[in-house]
Amino acid sequence: MIDMRTNFVLAMSARSRTLAQWALPVGIIAAWEALSLAGVIPLRILPAPTAVVAAGWKLTMSGALPRNMWVSFWRAIVGFAIGGGIGFALGLANGLSRRSDLIFDSTLQMIRNIPHLALIPLVILWFGIDEGAKVFLVALGVFFPIYINTQHGIRTVDPQLVEMGRTYGMSPATLFWRVILPGALPSIFVGLRYALGIMWLTLIVAETISASSGIGYMAMQAREFLLVDVVVLSILIYALLGKVADSTARLLERWCLAWHPAFQPAGEVKT
Amino acid sequence: MTVQVIRRIDDAVEFVPDAGEVGARGGGLSVTIRHLRKWFGQNQVLRGIDLHIRSGEFVAIVGRSGCGKSTLLRLLLGLERPSDGEFHFGDGGVAQAAHTGAVRIMFQEPRLLPWASVLANVEVGLGKERSSPDARERALATLREVGLVERRDHWPLVLSGGQKQRVALARALVSRPQLLAFDEPLGSLDALTRISMQRLIERVWIGQKFTAIMVTHDVAEAVTLADRVLMIEDGEIALDQRIDLPRPRERGSPEVAALEGRILRELFRNAGPVEDA
Repeated sequence: MIDMRTNFVLAMSARSRTLAQWALPVGIIAAWEALSLAGVIPLRILPAPTAVVAAGWKLTMSGALPRNMWVSFWRAIVGFAIGGGIGFALGLANGLSRRSDLIFDSTLQMIRNIPHLALIPLVILWFGIDEGAKVFLVALGVFFPIYINTQHGIRTVDPQLVEMGRTYGMSPATLFWRVILPGALPSIFVGLRYALGIMWLTLIVAETISASSGIGYMAMQAREFLLVDVVVLSILIYALLGKVADSTARLLERWCLAWHPAFQPAGEVKT
Repeated sequence: MTVQVIRRIDDAVEFVPDAGEVGARGGGLSVTIRHLRKWFGQNQVLRGIDLHIRSGEFVAIVGRSGCGKSTLLRLLLGLERPSDGEFHFGDGGVAQAAHTGAVRIMFQEPRLLPWASVLANVEVGLGKERSSPDARERALATLREVGLVERRDHWPLVLSGGQKQRVALARALVSRPQLLAFDEPLGSLDALTRISMQRLIERVWIGQKFTAIMVTHDVAEAVTLADRVLMIEDGEIALDQRIDLPRPRERGSPEVAALEGRILRELFRNAGPVEDA
């Protein structure tokens, strides 16, 4: 059964495979447009795709869309860099050193059990609805997946390879760069991709609740004026940004983990 | 299937015996061990080993599982600390021999870095000399010795088990060690690959004249390769058998079979009921 499936997919050319992947979304949008034109879907509920595109064009011309997108993007990146950076550093430290692990890990695990979005009221009290609030929430959100997966990756590096490195005279620094870090990389990438998802989720919630700029703010403002097309546009832009971030991470992964069994051309792996 | 097998044997045979021209070191380290003991908690694994291994000698160590033969190897490599007694290499004490590349080990598993190319894996064996200008040349020359130079840019993942062990052998050889330890390196290979690997190891050993210590379960392998077979039992040397047969030795020849039989009888003599090793 599984064999038949694989054979079927393999038999297709790259072009027809792309075609197959896009057939469904294109079909859905076409149906949506047709139903809107026919008046089956009321415009108050869901505007036609062409109306959404038109709204996007208008907002791009007025400069509101690029400005808000840039603000959201900036918050995401800064929050990610801060939270991810600290998470990575602590993950390395606690993965490599038992002492560091003893001091930090149980505290971090306790904090991890607080849903970070539950802190929104407190964060608004601390930072107001300033940039700080959004960046803080994003940083907190991405910290844990990066931290946990980095620590786990370092801990689970094949001890036989580490022993090999030691007997072949590697210094601790060489051992880290040549054996431990590459060995932990697959797990670190899992954390990275998970963190990117959390990053957008946090940002959407934070911008929707308390902001004076950004895509989420744009959506909330449009809701007040019943501009359904702009609301739908905002949602689609979030989806697009999320997809771009995930694809970038995948590309990076493919490049860094070219040696990994998961990224080999079919049929090349010996067991 | 047949084609595959023939190709594999050819692979090992085709290698160019230009050993002795690569690198500078060469020659063998002698090893002197006195009253070496090792406890793991309450359990005494080695009960006083006294042994002298001559420079360039090929010594095989056999014995049943848990007899302490791997522990002896790990002690010599500095992977474990002796509880009592001492050992030294050569005339004085080459204390941290592994770090200078003078002593190398081939493990039971290939232990190649999956994220490094075949060539980069061989370069690992150069240790601190990896940054020297001729590092790449030396690694390539060693890879040529094991007949895998055309695979230099591949990931270890796409190699067969025997090829992986040949890369591991190249990694162990590239620093031109004076003592090479083998911890059952052929245990997981199929019979044919195993024989071609044994031939390869013998040829390289003859070319480079390092001292070789091989721990193995396979008495036939020990008799085929070694100058001297040691049998360890309950943490002591129970048999020290010199093998003076001319090389290359024929597997299954009456002389080899006789010696093999003798050592096997010795192994089972004190064993009582035969256990699965």
